[in-house]
Amino acid sequence: MTDLTRLTAAEIAARIASGEVTAVEVTEAHLARIEAVDEKVHAFLHVDREGALAQARAVDEKRERGAELGPLAGVPLALKDIFTTEGIPTTVGSKILEGWIPPYDATVTKRLRDADVIVLGKTNMDEFAMGSSTENSAFGPTGNPWDLTRVPGGSGGGSSASLASFQAPLAIGTDTGGSIRQPAAVTGTVGVKPTYGGVSRYGMVAFSSSLDQGGPCARTVLDAALLHAVIAGHDPMDSTSIDEPVPDVVEAARNGSVRGMRIGVVKEFAGEGYQAGVMQRFNETVELLRELGAEIEEISCPSFDKALAAYYLIAPSECSSNLARFDAMRYGLRVGDDGTKSAEEVTALTRAEGFGAEVKRRIMLGTYALSSGYYDAYYGSAQKVRTLIKRDFENAFGRVDVLISPTTPTTAFPIGERADDPMAMYLADLCTIPTNLAGNAAMSLPCGLAPEDGLPVGLQIIAPAMADDRLYKVGAAVEAALTEKWGHPLLEEAPSL
Amino acid sequence: MTVTELVSYEDALAAYDPVMGLEVHVELGTKTKMFCGCSTALGAEPNTQTCPTCLGLPGSLPVVNATGVESAIKIGLALNCEIAEWCRFARKNYFYPDMPKNFQTSQYDEPIAFNGYLDVDVDGEVFRVEIERAHMEEDTGKSTHVGGATGRIHGAQHSLLDYNRAGIPLIEIVTKPIVGAGAKAPEVAKAYVTELRELIKSLGVSDARMEMGQMRCDVNLSLRPQGADKFGTRSETKNVNSLRSVERAVRFEIQRHAAVLGDGGTIIQETRHFHEEDGSTTSGRVKEEAEDYRYFPEPDLVPVAPARTWVEELRGGLPELPRVRRNRLREEWGLSRHEMQSVLNAGAIELITATIDEGAPADQARKWWMGELARRANEDGVELTALPITPAQVARVCALVKEGSLNDKLARQTIEGVLAGEGGPDEVVAARGLKVVSDEGALGTAVDEAIAANAAIADKIRGGKVAAAGALVGAVMKATRGQADAARVRELILEKLGVEG
Repeated sequence: MTDLTRLTAAEIAARIASGEVTAVEVTEAHLARIEAVDEKVHAFLHVDREGALAQARAVDEKRERGAELGPLAGVPLALKDIFTTEGIPTTVGSKILEGWIPPYDATVTKRLRDADVIVLGKTNMDEFAMGSSTENSAFGPTGNPWDLTRVPGGSGGGSSASLASFQAPLAIGTDTGGSIRQPAAVTGTVGVKPTYGGVSRYGMVAFSSSLDQGGPCARTVLDAALLHAVIAGHDPMDSTSIDEPVPDVVEAARNGSVRGMRIGVVKEFAGEGYQAGVMQRFNETVELLRELGAEIEEISCPSFDKALAAYYLIAPSECSSNLARFDAMRYGLRVGDDGTKSAEEVTALTRAEGFGAEVKRRIMLGTYALSSGYYDAYYGSAQKVRTLIKRDFENAFGRVDVLISPTTPTTAFPIGERADDPMAMYLADLCTIPTNLAGNAAMSLPCGLAPEDGLPVGLQIIAPAMADDRLYKVGAAVEAALTEKWGHPLLEEAPSL
Repeated sequence: MTVTELVSYEDALAAYDPVMGLEVHVELGTKTKMFCGCSTALGAEPNTQTCPTCLGLPGSLPVVNATGVESAIKIGLALNCEIAEWCRFARKNYFYPDMPKNFQTSQYDEPIAFNGYLDVDVDGEVFRVEIERAHMEEDTGKSTHVGGATGRIHGAQHSLLDYNRAGIPLIEIVTKPIVGAGAKAPEVAKAYVTELRELIKSLGVSDARMEMGQMRCDVNLSLRPQGADKFGTRSETKNVNSLRSVERAVRFEIQRHAAVLGDGGTIIQETRHFHEEDGSTTSGRVKEEAEDYRYFPEPDLVPVAPARTWVEELRGGLPELPRVRRNRLREEWGLSRHEMQSVLNAGAIELITATIDEGAPADQARKWWMGELARRANEDGVELTALPITPAQVARVCALVKEGSLNDKLARQTIEGVLAGEGGPDEVVAARGLKVVSDEGALGTAVDEAIAANAAIADKIRGGKVAAAGALVGAVMKATRGQADAARVRELILEKLGVEG
């Protein structure tokens, strides 16, 4: 019998639709897999066994009734613990929200449920999505299924690890500076940061409002597209949500091609700090694209050098304000409530105990950057850099259809290696951050294993805003060519755990 | 500081020139809150009109209330402001438990309306108050401090939080420094807030009831030596919540500042509490360091860019503004500016207008509302509008007087009956038997009896002392228990005694 956990989402959906398997069987298989391996991986913070099975039973009943099923009906999914789920804990990887049961579903959660996607549980993450390794989770790190002593990327390491360890065929992540793409890159999976405003942020706990974007994670480009189509689209509950038709990403994923496309290689994303094996696989992929019929051009984006600095002013500034609401007055952790202390003291004690070091660091950075007398020099300058980066993208997209680069400068690093060195940690997002600052779309997909460490390397494809379909067109072409070259999907080379 | 330490108002004004800045918050009367769909109705059980957004739950997001923006633009236009072509909301960051997100979504350097003015009438003269800006923001929740002596947080055992008010749309209207009011500063302040309230009500954007907290005023005041250009240090008296209090707060602060400055002291920039009981202010919290709200543009909301065509449409749809209307009515009613001011102060304009619309003559309508009814309202300590009598009922009383069914005294009794809940004017007249005795036969008999009983007076009248007729009229009125038409009685008396009136 087939191992249901090894199938793609598209295959699972087809088998459920045809009656070959039931949604309950699929869900049980994945729950069993979680049971078997997640003790080692620690991808999940919460598994909703009963809820998932109940949802699966409903899908099966629907099918028996002859009702029409959506394209992902009955397919299990791992949801990043940053989306609110009514009746199910949502911690955002933080102690400060431990025990909080949201009274409402995020729009993404609701759309998944409406599409009959089975929510298996909530995945681990860096606290408040701040980090690139998932080590900042208040609930312990997650292992990279390729090597459990290494990080699965972050902040969405739980989601990427659940895919790479076959605990779920689909996952949802959020990407503020690379938190979908960098974990995808280091786990050999696919992750997409849609155009800002493409996927509703309602019910997604905010880190940096102008940068945060939810998106699909999967093991194949087509699966990511199917999931993208389910969660994307205008939401009146999110003012920044774009009220325009979603680009046809599924159609693009089914018809991958780069023939006649103009593809730009970002000149600035190479050189010092880039691992040799990463550059080797990236350069091979550039050649592959040329062979597939793309015109390759080197493109300079001079302002990208300032992106990291601008990001570490804007994101902390917004986070310092967004995280102010965690004051122990209405929900979550409450420390020092013995009747002798003022509200102010209870708030201070709760925040001191509830937030981790990285979160505190960013709140302090942001509070400082927004302070009177410093605002123009820090927040103001960062916004100017943001404009320059947008201009670089505009110039680039005047010449090419998409840009490509390595997703991250290195492969997965060992757990603990960068934990005490924030700057080294921040560099993991060097190539992904400009896209967040400009608000356009990008994808990471596997392009091989680095020869020196045998770990996955990610290719980043960047498209203009609202041209998310181009990511899938290019991604599907690369994926098909590489799978043919390797003779199998890359993940088959991962250890079996 | 006690009242005795104050400098007299006259002395204060002789030495110093007051400069004011008034900040008025108006709660809009929209059905839903500024950034979510929760009801704004007053009086609900605590925390029943809340949702993830106005509770600031993790993940929730705001969406701008379009009616709130429309109301803000209307207010801006009525205040002769420019309306921004593009503006943003901003976050004002500070921690307080009744503020769910620990930032207030407000506007900072890009208000929706700016650079306007409002003309107000003070003692028959026009005073122009310049408007700096009107911007949109949200209200906070409400804290109730329990266990302390004062109801303030100091000394309280615990506090209760009600978030029903959190997120209710507010418009904050800020004046430019008001200079040149001199000794009339307290009256200018009161006249401004009064005019603003009338304006807001006429636009239909809020009931602007100060006693319900729908309109709240912060009074900034500073003094500078007469002849000086530079403004002095200001104090900010918070939550001055009645028209009378606005006047009193300004007056008190002028006297207090003058006392401090006169002693060679310096005014501390601080917030102060106003006390209704004695009209004084006391020091609130002294800001140890300048408050830093770390404003930045609200990233969760897209900019507000009202189309010019829409703004012009709203401008075209503005009602006749209160001051213009008042001037028109003043001329129609034939009143002096001072008289009209009294009508305005009594809150009687709408009532008188409605009474006239029901058919009453202007002078009669005004007489009742500003006389008998104003007296009653004052006695009962209620607003005129709260009296249990309608303009239609007052108009009916006027009609009964005009047709001769009631005289002035009976009309007064009729009004009294209506106020006592005995029914409408006709019912009261019937039930109390208040009809004027117009039966000529009965009246004639009563007059004959009065003449017979007062022969001496009758002789005086016959002798030409017509003024003495009053005594006979009184006798007849007494005999008819006041139900006769006094004028007709007088006529009959003179007729019967053969004297020309």
